[in-house]
Formats: sequence, structure tokens, C-alpha cells
Amino acid sequence: MSWLGVFSQLLALVTALLLAPLLTGWVNQCRALLQNKSAPGLLQPYRMLHKLFNKESVMAEHASPLYRTAPYIIFSCMLLACAIVPTLSTDLPLSPAADAIALVGLFALARVFISLAAMDVGTAFGSLGARREMLVGFLAEPALLMVLFCASMITRSTSLTTMVETLAHRELAIYPSLLLAGVAFVMVSLAENARVPVDNPDTHLELTMIHEALILEYSARHLALLEWAASLKLFAYSCIGLALFFPWGVADANAPLALLPALPVLVIKLAIGGVMLALIETLSAKMRIFRVPEFLGTAFLIAVIGLLVNVLLGAG
Amino acid sequence: MHALYFVLGVPLLGGLALALTGHRAYARDVNVGFSLLTFLASCVLTAQVMDHGPQFVWDKQFYIDPLNVFLVTLTAFVGLTTAIFSRPYMRIEQDHGKMTPPRMRLYHSMYQLFSFTMLLGFTTNNLGILWVAMEAATLTTVLLVSVYRTTASLEAAWKYFILCGVGIAQALFGTILLYMAAEKVLGPEHATLLWTSLKDIKGQLDPTIVSLAFVFLLTGYGTKIGLVPLHSWLPDAHAEGPTPVSAVLSGLLLNVAMYAVLRCKVLADGALGTAMAGQLMMGFGLLSVTVAAFFLSRQKDVKRMFSYSSIEHMGLITFAFGMGGPVANFAGLLHMTVHSLVKSAIFFTVGHATQKAGTQLMSEIRGLIKVNPTVGWGLMLGVMAILGMPPFGVFASEFLILTTAMREQPWAALFLFLALGVAFASILIRVLPMVFGDSTLKPLAHPPALIPVFTHLALALVLGLYIPPYLNGWYVQAASMLGG
Amino acid sequence: MIKFAPQLINLFATLILLLSFAMISQRRIVSLINLFMMQGVALVITSFLLGYATHQPDLYVSGGITLVLKVILIPWMLHRLIRKLNVRWDVETLLNVPTTMLVGIALVIFSFSLALPVSRLSDALAGGSLGIALACILLSFMMMITRSKAVPQVIGFLSMENGLIFAATAVTNGMPMIVEFGIALDVLVGVLILGVFMFQIREKFDTLDIHHLEKLKEE
Repeated sequence: MSWLGVFSQLLALVTALLLAPLLTGWVNQCRALLQNKSAPGLLQPYRMLHKLFNKESVMAEHASPLYRTAPYIIFSCMLLACAIVPTLSTDLPLSPAADAIALVGLFALARVFISLAAMDVGTAFGSLGARREMLVGFLAEPALLMVLFCASMITRSTSLTTMVETLAHRELAIYPSLLLAGVAFVMVSLAENARVPVDNPDTHLELTMIHEALILEYSARHLALLEWAASLKLFAYSCIGLALFFPWGVADANAPLALLPALPVLVIKLAIGGVMLALIETLSAKMRIFRVPEFLGTAFLIAVIGLLVNVLLGAG
Repeated sequence: MHALYFVLGVPLLGGLALALTGHRAYARDVNVGFSLLTFLASCVLTAQVMDHGPQFVWDKQFYIDPLNVFLVTLTAFVGLTTAIFSRPYMRIEQDHGKMTPPRMRLYHSMYQLFSFTMLLGFTTNNLGILWVAMEAATLTTVLLVSVYRTTASLEAAWKYFILCGVGIAQALFGTILLYMAAEKVLGPEHATLLWTSLKDIKGQLDPTIVSLAFVFLLTGYGTKIGLVPLHSWLPDAHAEGPTPVSAVLSGLLLNVAMYAVLRCKVLADGALGTAMAGQLMMGFGLLSVTVAAFFLSRQKDVKRMFSYSSIEHMGLITFAFGMGGPVANFAGLLHMTVHSLVKSAIFFTVGHATQKAGTQLMSEIRGLIKVNPTVGWGLMLGVMAILGMPPFGVFASEFLILTTAMREQPWAALFLFLALGVAFASILIRVLPMVFGDSTLKPLAHPPALIPVFTHLALALVLGLYIPPYLNGWYVQAASMLGG
Repeated sequence: MIKFAPQLINLFATLILLLSFAMISQRRIVSLINLFMMQGVALVITSFLLGYATHQPDLYVSGGITLVLKVILIPWMLHRLIRKLNVRWDVETLLNVPTTMLVGIALVIFSFSLALPVSRLSDALAGGSLGIALACILLSFMMMITRSKAVPQVIGFLSMENGLIFAATAVTNGMPMIVEFGIALDVLVGVLILGVFMFQIREKFDTLDIHHLEKLKEE
């Protein structure tokens, strides 16, 4: 429990809070550029958050306490997830909790609460969104677990910080099972973050949306917290991907000065990741809802093959 | 030049020549001519092997020993008689409008090329080339089966291609594994797929690899033999092609596949030291005999019924070779010979019978003896032979197999008796009305070629009564080489 | 570079397996042919890499044959065929993709467990990939059985040959040259014959749906 550890933990938290909306804005900008539209500006998400926090919250009369507290719970889950993923440094006091399975559990917790809150008010779209969210989550969770297990079989630990440390310090090697896990991870994160081809984040056509349907009833500060939580989720997933597949640049426990370049390195990696995400979104078409189980099933199976290939090819 | 070059070169040349001229009227005779030359070359080859013993040709790429030389001669002989049969048969088919000149070209050239691939498969020493020859044989026969271009024959040919393609791919995987086992012993530079070299080191081949290889080889080549449950292509393919094609498929191609399995079994027995290979073969063989006998009883099409009979007999042969030992091996080799002769004879008569009746359904064919006594009696005698009545050769080989089975595998012998009994009853019940009784059939436009039928039956009879000493010696030598 | 060779070969082996899975769930015929071509490319690269790493020129020849046959000639023939048969934009209804994928996983586990003792015994550089090769073969086999149109069945057959060539390359550093030529010839002639067949089936049945070819059943 060194001071340096606490400092790097707080730094990671603050970075996540501040950078997450920027990441969302960056992805939107890239997508607009690729689609030949004029972009809304890089800082648009901040402006939106500011606007929402200053509005008065309107709620249904029979909304339960769950409805009121859900946004706070979800926001805290996402923030905690961002805190335990090694973004800037592996020297995190919370690292004993930074277990891969616990991470998946955190996301599951957030998902449960948002689904319950959506159903709470009793509108048709809320229930529709909740049902779809649970369908996607039911299939995406095992896939995510398998991806994390792939990496943990190579590094022999399910703790994220250990994984990052081991993978960053190995000599350059090509692991085919990580390749398969990477493909699966991209598919899962597209589904979980409500991106094309699973769900269109721009849409306001109620029959085609998943994420938007869940937060349809919220307004003002609750909506702001939920939007921020969605940005944090994207940030967390990107950082997990970077930690597993591109772990170089993350500061070690024994190298405090490495924190200085860690931040720019993270920003650059996230920027590249954002461009790739925008590219995937532009090149794909949204698939019909009943094809989503196939898509996620494929991701799960690819991850399982990655595990099997690891067993078969030895360390590969 | 060594006789082998003629044995292989003549059919190859014939295939190419008939590809150009196969539609002319004399093409049928040219076909017979090429087959006759092939047969004569194989007789010369046999004489050479009898005088000088097993020999290598062309830098060890070909190997002729007692096991394959009599199969080569048998193949060439049945190929010749089938070509003789095919002369009037195809002429009648052309008159009925079922064959057009371009298709006759295809038919004749593929017939010769098919002979070439079979003879290549028998004589090559290289297990990889054996595989290539089996696949090539499948390809040529696929074209032959579909030559009528009816919906049923296209369906049969497609199924044949796909299912045999899958089976043969497994055999290739087994061959690759054998090569891997050879590499471990001989090292990468000297590793080889030559069967004779593998036989010399068979004791040193790794058992794990060889057992896996043999399983794949058995299922792969077993598909081509028609072992249950890999047999579903066989009734369709044998029933839908022209009758000469059914005759060579049932009589000859099944033997090539069996031969391939036998060569691999010798290697597997040497490497494994256990009886696993033999037990697998016995299991498949028994299953084939039983299932085929029961399916046989439900058939309405005469050619399908006899193709199930082929499955049954090949199952019996597989069972015999699985048991191993000098008596069972001898019986298996004898059965292979007489089955080829008798089954092709049956198909010859059945072919003419179906031509007269215009249909392959057994309920429509009646009273063959009244209309055409030679066809009728030919069929009757052929059926009696294949059912194992003495004094035909099939009786002798079945007797030997069953007595060995009663001694070594009594439970299996029970199933075999049951299955053979069911087949006996079913075939006899269906054939008797076909042959005897009144008839409304018309005579054929051209006289049928029945010399082949009676030649085959006569040979089968002779082999049942008295096996010439040199033939006996061969069988014994081949049996002992197969070991077990 | 040599140090990386086993890992690169494993990487391409995994790619081949991934492409086999992609082919099972692919509905469009044009994409199927392109996936098959990519599988051929991966196979060629594996052969060349292995030849470079083990200093065996035979593997270069083998890779060359695969390149000419499976990457250039056969896809070209298939594209021409589907244009002439007018099935270019056909979209096939696949039954139950998730179940097919699960069966595929079961086949992969089965082949890996079957091949593990054998690949441990192998001295070859890429010996561990025997399980992957066997899995590819079985997956193509499944593809041939579950498909209802003729062209995907043919592509399944060709993909099975790819798996076999890969198995030969992996465990034995290639088969003897004459055998390789023989196999290539067989495959080429096979595809030609199948092409001719498809025209005839189309003519007789007015469709390339294989389910129509099931009249010859047992009574």
C-alpha cells in the first residue's frame, strides 16, 4: 500500500473519468469523417454532460427507489471497472480485486441493474430493451470469459495486473491463441458497447435499438450519469483489449517515472483503437436482432478454439 | 520389354484411342481387342512370375508377387469377358435409344482407362500411387455410372462421388500417417512409401501411429469395399449404371479395395503385435454380412438386390481375412476369385433379362427360360453358384470360412449362418419366378453374348471341384504372406 | 526469422482452422469461394515457410503446386462455373448455425484428442499441427454433409483436400513428389468432372439443390 500505488490508482481513475467522453467524441468524429458528414466536434460529449447536469430531472410517478438509484450504481460499477483495469500502471492497490472473473461480474452487475431499471417504469420499450440486453449479455459474458481465460492460460493467472506484466515483459512472440482471442474480443466488445453491427448508437428508431431503449425514460443528471457510464464502459473495454493484446507502455510497480510516458502512450493507443472501431462500424451493416445470437455464438466458439489451440500447440 | 509395361500400357493406349474413335461401329470390337491384348500380357506376366518368383520392375516402383499377379490376371480376364458381353448389350442399348454416339465414346474410353487404373493399383509398390489409382478408378467409374444421363443415374453418380471422395480422403490421411511412421524409423531422407521397404521394417514402426493409420485406412478403403455402415453409395451406383459397368464394379473394383486393405493389414499386424487389425476387420465384415442380408430381403430392383449380395460377400471375405491363418486366408482369396466370376456372370444374364423386359423391377420379369433358355439357365445356375450350392467354388470357400469361424469365433459363425440363410431364401424366392413360369417377354433384337456367362460359371465349377496345383500353390503362398 | 518459424507456422495453422469455421457458417457462394482461396494462400505460405525453415526444396514445389491449383486455377474455374450456372448471388439457408458451430467444436475437440499422442511422437517442425489438420478435414466433411446445394458441397470436398495436404506438410514435411503430383491431378480431374456433373444435374432437375437428389432411397 505504497503512496505511489495510491497515486497511480487515483491517476488512473481521474484519467478514466476525463478521457472516456473524449474517446466517445473521437469515435463519433472518425465515423462522421468516414461517412462524409460534418463532425459534431471533439468536445461535444462534455457539452452534452454539462447540459444534462444542469437540467431538472423528470420522473414517472410510480418510479421505485431502484429506478432512482440505478444510475449511481451503474456509474460506480463502470468507474470501478476502469480503476482495476491496468491502464497506466500495474501497481494498483485494488489489484487483488482485479481478477478477470470479478471484472466480468462487475459488468454483469451493471447489466442487471440497468435492465431492472428499464423494466421498472413499465413501458413497452423498456421491457423490450431489457429483454434484448439480457439476450446479448447472456451470450457475450461466456465469450468474454473465454477470451480472458485464453490470456490467463498463457500467463498462468487470472489477475489482470499479472497478465499485463507477464505479457509486456515476454520477448516478442506470436501466440496464435491470442490471435483467436483477439478476434473474439473484438466481436464481444462490439456487442457489449452497443456498436454496429449489433446495435446502432445513433439510432432513435425504437424497434432497432437495445441500449437506447434501456435509457429512454431517464432525464437530466440520471441520464448524464448513464451516458457517462456508457463512455466509461467503452473506455474499460478498450483498455482491457489494450492490456491483453498490446500491453507495452504500461508502467511497472517499480518504475514510478514510467508513469510519465504511460499517459501519452495510452492516449495514442486509444486513438488508434478509436479509428479502428469507426472503421469497423462504417464497413459493417447492422445485423438483424435474431442474428445476434449467431454472431456472439461465433465469438464464443472462436475463443474456445483459441483455448484448444493453446492446449494443442503447447505454449502457442 | 517386361510384360508389365504391356499390361499397363495397352489399356492406357486403348483409352486414348477409343476417346477418339469410340462412337464408330467397330469401336466395340476394338474395345474387345484391347482387352484381349491386356489379358494375353497378363498371362505372360503370370508365367514370368511363376518361373522367376516375385519381382520388382522399374526401380522397385512396381512389385509383382503371388498375391497380386493372380488378381491382375483375374481382372484382365473379367475385363475381357465383360468387353465381349458389352458388344451386343451396348448395341441393343443404342437401338433402344439409351446411348448416343458421344456417350459411346466416353463409355469405351473410360472402360479402358478404368482397367488401367485397376491394374496400376494392383501392381504398384508405392502406397501413395495405390491411393492415386483408387481415386482415379473412382473418377472413371463415376463417369461410367452416369452415362445414361437419367435423373436416377445422376443422383447415384453424385452420391458415389461425394461419399467415396470422403472415404478415400480418410485413406489418404492413413497413408500420410504411415509415411510419418516410416520417417521415424528410416529418417527423412530415406523415408519411403514403398510397400516392400515398409514390410521389411514393419516391426519397428511405432504402434500408436500405425494403429491410428490403420483405422483410417480401413474406414477409407472400406468405403470402397462397401463395408457397412459406409456402403450407402454402392446399391445406387451398381444399379444405375449400364450392366457391363455394374459387372466390373461388383466383380473387380471391390477386389482392388480389398487388396489395398490387405497390404495395409500386413504392415499393421507387424507393427502392432496385437490382433487389433484383424478384429476390426472381423467386426466390419460381420456387420456387413448381417445388414446386407436383411436389406437384401426388401429389394424390388434386381440389380440392387445383387449389389447387396456383393456387399454381403465382400463382408464375408473381410471377415475371413480378419480371422487370418492359412485356412481362412486361402478361403478368402478363393472367395474373391469365384465371387468375381460368378457375380459378373449373374450381371451379364440380368442385363439381358432387363433389356428384354425393359425394366429392372423383379416383379415384371417372368419366364426367362421360356423366351430365351440360355439367359434363363445362365441366371439360374449363376444364382445357385452365388448362394453357395455345391459343387460351385463358392461352396468350397464358404465351407472353409464357416468351419474356421466355428472353430475360432463361434458366436460370429452363428450370425454368419443366419445371414447367409436369410440371403439364400430371399434371393431364391425372387429369382425362381423370374426364371420359370410363363412369360410375355419379347426376344432380343441381337443375339446375346452368352459365352462369357458360361465360361465364368464353368471356371467357378472347376474351382469348386479341383484347384490346379499352380493355382493352389499361389493361394497358399499368398495366404502365408498375409500371415495372421 | 528462423526462430519465429514454428510460431508463424502455428499462426497460419490457426488461420486455416479459423477459415474452415468461417466456411461452415458462410451463406454466400462468392464469399465461400474467396474463403477457400484464402485458405489456399495460408497453406501455400505454410509450405514455403516450412521449406525455408527445414531447407527442403520439395516443400517449395509442393507449395507451388498448391498455389497454381488451389489459389489460381480452381477458384477461377469455380467463379466461371457459378456465373454460367447462374447461382452467383444465391444465398443458401443454413439450418441452425449455432448448433452447427457447436458440433464443429465437438469435432475439433475430438480431433485434437485423437492427434495429441501422435503429434507428440512427431519429429517434424510443425508436428503439433496434426490435430489442426485433422480438425480441418472433419469440419470440411461436416460441411459436405450439411450443405444442401451442389457448389458448397464441392467446396467442402476441396477444402478437405486442403486439410490433407496440410496434414502431409505438417507431420512429414511433404509426401514424395510423385504422390503429390498424382493427388493434384486427381483433384483437378475431380473438379472438372464435378463441374460437368453440375451442369447435367441442373439440366435434369432444374435446380442445384441436392435435397432433390434423394429419390433413390430404401423402400
